[in-house]
Amino acid sequence: MFRAFARAIVVVLGFLAAVQVPNTAVAASDLDAAVAKLTEKSFSVKEAAIAEIVASGDPRAVDLLSAYLEGGLFRNKKTGAIVTVEKTEGGYLTTDALTGSALEKVKKRGVKKIRINNKLRGIVKTALGALQLFSDSTETRLKAARTILANPSPAMVGLLEKALAQEDDADIRESLTHSLAALKVIGDDPAARIAAVSTLSGSMDPSIWQVLGRAADQKDDPALAAAAQQALESIENQKAIYSLIETIFFGLSLGAVLMLAAVGLAITFGVMGVINMAHGEMLMLGAYTTFVVQSLMPNAIEYSLFVAIPAAFIVTGLVGIAIERSIIRLLYGRPLETLLATFGVSLFLQQAVRTIFSPLNQPVTTPDWMSGFYAVNGALSLTYNRLYIIAFCILVFVALLLVLKRTPLGLQMRAVTQNRAMASSMGIRTGRVDALTFGLGSGIAGVGGVALSQLTNVGPNLGQAYIVDSFMVVVFGGVGNLWGTLVGAMTLGVANKFMEPFTGAVVAKILVLVFIILFIQRRPRGLFALKGRAVES
Amino acid sequence: MKSIVNRVFQVGAATALAAGVALSAAQAEETIKVGVLHSLSGTMAISETTLKDTVLMLVEEQNAKGGLLGKKLEAVVVDPASDWPLFAEKARELLEVHKVDVIFGNWTSVSRKSVLPVVEELNGMLFYPVQYEGEESSKNVFYTGAAPNQQAIPAVDYLLSEEGGSVKRFVLAGTDYVYPRTTNKILEQYLLDKGIPAEDIMINYTPFGHSDWQTIVSDIKTFGSAGKKTAVVSTVNGDANVPFYKELGNQGVAASDIPVIAFSVGEEELSGIDTGPLVGHLAAWNYFMSAESEANDAFIEKWHAFIGSEERVTNDPMEAHYIGFNMWVKAVEAVGTTEVDTVREAMYGITFPNLTGGIAVMNTNHHLTKPVLIGEIQEDGQFETVWSTPKGVIGDAWTDFLPDSKMLVADWTKPIFCGNFNIETSKCSGQNY
Amino acid sequence: MSSPTRFPSFILRSLSGRAPVTVLTLVLGAAFLVPVLNLLPESNLFHMPTFMVGLVGKYLCYALLALSVDLVWGYCGILSLGHGAFFALGGYAMGMHLMRQIGDRGVYGHPVLPDFMVFLNWDVLPWYWYGFDNFLFAMVMVALVPGILAFAFGWFAFRSRVTGVYLSIITQAMTYALLLAFFRNDMGFGGNNGLTDFRDLLGLDLRSDAMRRGLFIASALALAIGYVLCLLVTSSRLGKVLVTIRDAESRSRFLGYRVENFKLFVFTLSAILAGVAGALYVPQVGIINPGEFSPINSIEIVIWVALGGRGYLFGAIFGALAVNAAKSYFTVAFPEIWLFFLGALFILTTLFLPRGAAGLITRNPDAGSATVLPAWLSSILPVRKGESGS
Repeated sequence: MFRAFARAIVVVLGFLAAVQVPNTAVAASDLDAAVAKLTEKSFSVKEAAIAEIVASGDPRAVDLLSAYLEGGLFRNKKTGAIVTVEKTEGGYLTTDALTGSALEKVKKRGVKKIRINNKLRGIVKTALGALQLFSDSTETRLKAARTILANPSPAMVGLLEKALAQEDDADIRESLTHSLAALKVIGDDPAARIAAVSTLSGSMDPSIWQVLGRAADQKDDPALAAAAQQALESIENQKAIYSLIETIFFGLSLGAVLMLAAVGLAITFGVMGVINMAHGEMLMLGAYTTFVVQSLMPNAIEYSLFVAIPAAFIVTGLVGIAIERSIIRLLYGRPLETLLATFGVSLFLQQAVRTIFSPLNQPVTTPDWMSGFYAVNGALSLTYNRLYIIAFCILVFVALLLVLKRTPLGLQMRAVTQNRAMASSMGIRTGRVDALTFGLGSGIAGVGGVALSQLTNVGPNLGQAYIVDSFMVVVFGGVGNLWGTLVGAMTLGVANKFMEPFTGAVVAKILVLVFIILFIQRRPRGLFALKGRAVES
Repeated sequence: MKSIVNRVFQVGAATALAAGVALSAAQAEETIKVGVLHSLSGTMAISETTLKDTVLMLVEEQNAKGGLLGKKLEAVVVDPASDWPLFAEKARELLEVHKVDVIFGNWTSVSRKSVLPVVEELNGMLFYPVQYEGEESSKNVFYTGAAPNQQAIPAVDYLLSEEGGSVKRFVLAGTDYVYPRTTNKILEQYLLDKGIPAEDIMINYTPFGHSDWQTIVSDIKTFGSAGKKTAVVSTVNGDANVPFYKELGNQGVAASDIPVIAFSVGEEELSGIDTGPLVGHLAAWNYFMSAESEANDAFIEKWHAFIGSEERVTNDPMEAHYIGFNMWVKAVEAVGTTEVDTVREAMYGITFPNLTGGIAVMNTNHHLTKPVLIGEIQEDGQFETVWSTPKGVIGDAWTDFLPDSKMLVADWTKPIFCGNFNIETSKCSGQNY
Repeated sequence: MSSPTRFPSFILRSLSGRAPVTVLTLVLGAAFLVPVLNLLPESNLFHMPTFMVGLVGKYLCYALLALSVDLVWGYCGILSLGHGAFFALGGYAMGMHLMRQIGDRGVYGHPVLPDFMVFLNWDVLPWYWYGFDNFLFAMVMVALVPGILAFAFGWFAFRSRVTGVYLSIITQAMTYALLLAFFRNDMGFGGNNGLTDFRDLLGLDLRSDAMRRGLFIASALALAIGYVLCLLVTSSRLGKVLVTIRDAESRSRFLGYRVENFKLFVFTLSAILAGVAGALYVPQVGIINPGEFSPINSIEIVIWVALGGRGYLFGAIFGALAVNAAKSYFTVAFPEIWLFFLGALFILTTLFLPRGAAGLITRNPDAGSATVLPAWLSSILPVRKGESGS
């Protein structure tokens, strides 16, 4: 059915390409009728309408179909006009999709989106690809060529050959050559089929694997199937290497997430010795700060994270200082009781968030620059958000290390940690240092929360999901050692990701926990144990 | 504050005995009590709080209409705190101490399983509003959510159809608990019966709240690059969905390449996600907020007024409570009492209009007849219905696609009067009450 | 340790004193009184609804669990954040017995396999389910499974001298790993739904009031026996050594005590007590599922103990009863905001009752400066309070 339809399109396209100058006057009314058909309920009528829109040869077809693909075509419920809309305060500004003339402003429920489904999306994409193959913009042509490569249809051969003859750009030529080869694989000439397979072999494009996979699966031509199978196997090695790199990348990014979740705890628990059960809620507060910042600046989501990071640091830092001054200050010397009190704080904060923001998850938008992926090739693509998170993790770590090693505050913190009495008698105001240290730890946790908000749910349970893992990371790395936390997080992340393909996600996690238990038997003070008399009682 | 502190100490100091006396003395008013057993804290609060509010709204509305049988309805709300044994305790408390006439509650299967023995022992009446795995029919529970044949099977039928993309290769991804396990077993059998070879079905389970989907999404991409149209059938639960969809979006899995059809993702779950990259992915339910009917418009309006926010969405389990509550009211009015056995008898065959149009019917197996809708996720977090069953589908307590349950039927009218009647041996197993 | 001739006197000594007498009187009194009150006709003012019997019975199981934590934490300084695991394992052993008791009365009517196995198309009973149809075997397992796990875990951990917070966190890792493992349906323990739909125990219907009273009495007796056992351990010379280890581990080692053996003994004993508590808990609440393994549950147990007062034994019992009664009350009275109260309760107790509720009314010499400092922490702290004189 799909094939038949696509053939219909391309027959028309071939005709178009031959005539070059479409008769716009006649086509315009065709277009009107075809577009009107899009509003029909039946998807097969819509399908026919798309074919007609393409066939009309009208220059507006590209814009109309693009708008339709993105869900931007609406029908005015009253007038029946097909419109595009622009959201404004108090309603939608509508514009006639066919003439481009501005129409009246309507209420949100006054227009109805013209429906599309996944199958139609595929058809529209192919049609757009065909329509745009002769565009002036190289970028558009490349996109069109790649679209066709993903869904080649046999009737396009003529069109593709024509485009290839005119094309200068190497990338586009490659895509077109591959598309042609992909079509020849399912063509009539047995020799050409085999030749096409050899053209395609060695490619790292998943669309081509699809083509080869189909060829290897078919039963009518054993020679072709064998050749396709061989072509597929020839890239197995390469794929294996890339998949190894991918696994390491996944592991590092999981490690970075663990690190960002745990780094605040490495300060409050690791450096100060407070068994901080409210750490998870600090992450949660950081994530909610992101949400609040985004809702305060809805028109500048792209920059919201740059505001959210300092905001989260300040908010959670202040909350941390408040907790330290009001509760934890009274508990120094009774460390295990900090567990009890901070657990109380954690329940309190969870319920507070539930009361203020409702128990539902809150939507945090991912800025465009963090979406999508960088495709090294078809077998390996690195998602931007993970890349940024790894970079951010390193940044936070370095910043923290500098604060601890290079600032007076850091010096005082270390002094108080190592020998409170001595530090105090040297004139360090230990109370103030305590408050600032706890504030720093909480603030860093808040910054970690901003990162987590880009990956997971922002809801009252966010903290609970990360608290156990955070403790594992800090203890595994060695309490009181930032490097330990970093190395620990990365080790656990990579180990987890290497095991996951063999054991599944659950067992991998269990094995990591068992590994931690056994590791602590070997090194009872974690990976990077503090040495010296100070640590022994 | 002082009174709170007083209370704290009062409770701390009071022996359980004293508390018992106090509790049992506190009931003497002339109201019809409606128990609300939804978690308001803990992991399930995200989903269940809304249902508590829904029941409160329905109760308020009924009282505004003059109550029931000349009495006011009184909602008794408790918090089982997403703690499964606590569900059983709270159910017992509602029935024994507060003497409620009906309970609306539960979300997870395990909480229902925990409550089940209690409502059966004390002969209570529970309305369970969530889609679930089936394989159960209790005399004391009315299942107003979808059984697998009212959600999973039609969804796969849609994917197999030409309109749904003639999918040839399936990934069944789920959270590792009983609902996905059962659903996937049923679907696996169903797909094999439909001629999909076993190597074209990939089954994957993840733990609750799974947050790192990189490997699995990458596997799905690889699985989908073998030359056949591939789709994901997702029974991933609750919290794990957000990172799952974010990862799909980030790794560029577009709906037109590999569509994901979900059974646990509704409007409320989507309200916590940036839906931009998800447009075109699918969900199967019996209700969508976008349904166009006057009843639905009125319901949404009432909900917004009750909750005090235009931003809040409605979803399928809310409709299930809406139907269940109204059916119960109708049945009670018909028989003039809230006595459980009498009302239960009156429930069979009772009808009530769906919010999506059409009529829901309560069957003698305690499941509803409801239409099944397939919707596509839209930019604004709503679903656009792309397909629906021509008429209502009868909920099937025991699936026909598993060897051990295909000979079981549920029928709570005489002469069968059994939740799991074996039609081969004509025996009713496992009922000792 | 103690020669036979000294045995009687130290038993007497351990049971005399105000606290033990009061606690035993209250617990045994409840064991008698509650069933009697439950038997009164409903119209009677003093009638106790069956619901309350089950509820209080559940609290008693929690109390025994808290007692087991106090034994290791309060007297030996081992802060276990994984005791919920032993409780749950005991519960699972009991649950497996109850599952086997269902026999062919399951919904699928299979003669041997529990419903969830039929449901997952299992053909035969896994080997680790063998024997659980026998009550005695199951009861042995209730003690043995948590005991062996604790022994194995302790054997490695104490020998490697894992102490302080490191030990706490690996116990947490243990319970977390078990949580994930039991969630897996492939494990054969019913996955997330766990074991439920129990019918009867020893031929008696679990839903009958008589059974509930029986379970209540059993729980009260178990608590009383557990309490006496803990008293015996803590007031013996063994107990004194434990306190020494708690307060100065290295010093005890230098004095020639095999610290790890003492720890191992008390840790295993405590795990068995927790297992028994779990076994009594399951038939009363009617379900056991992996949620019991969750790390948060184990932390909560520690909080009961801290709230009641650590190192007093009766403090743990009181803490468990008080927190759970408060929770039951708050979740009904203030379903929307009860976490505020619970959170505040924890914070206020820590700040204003540093030695827990028990610290208000007594001064147990053994409880002294109850805090045991992990080695890494003691360096941070200015001065350590004097160690208790045992």
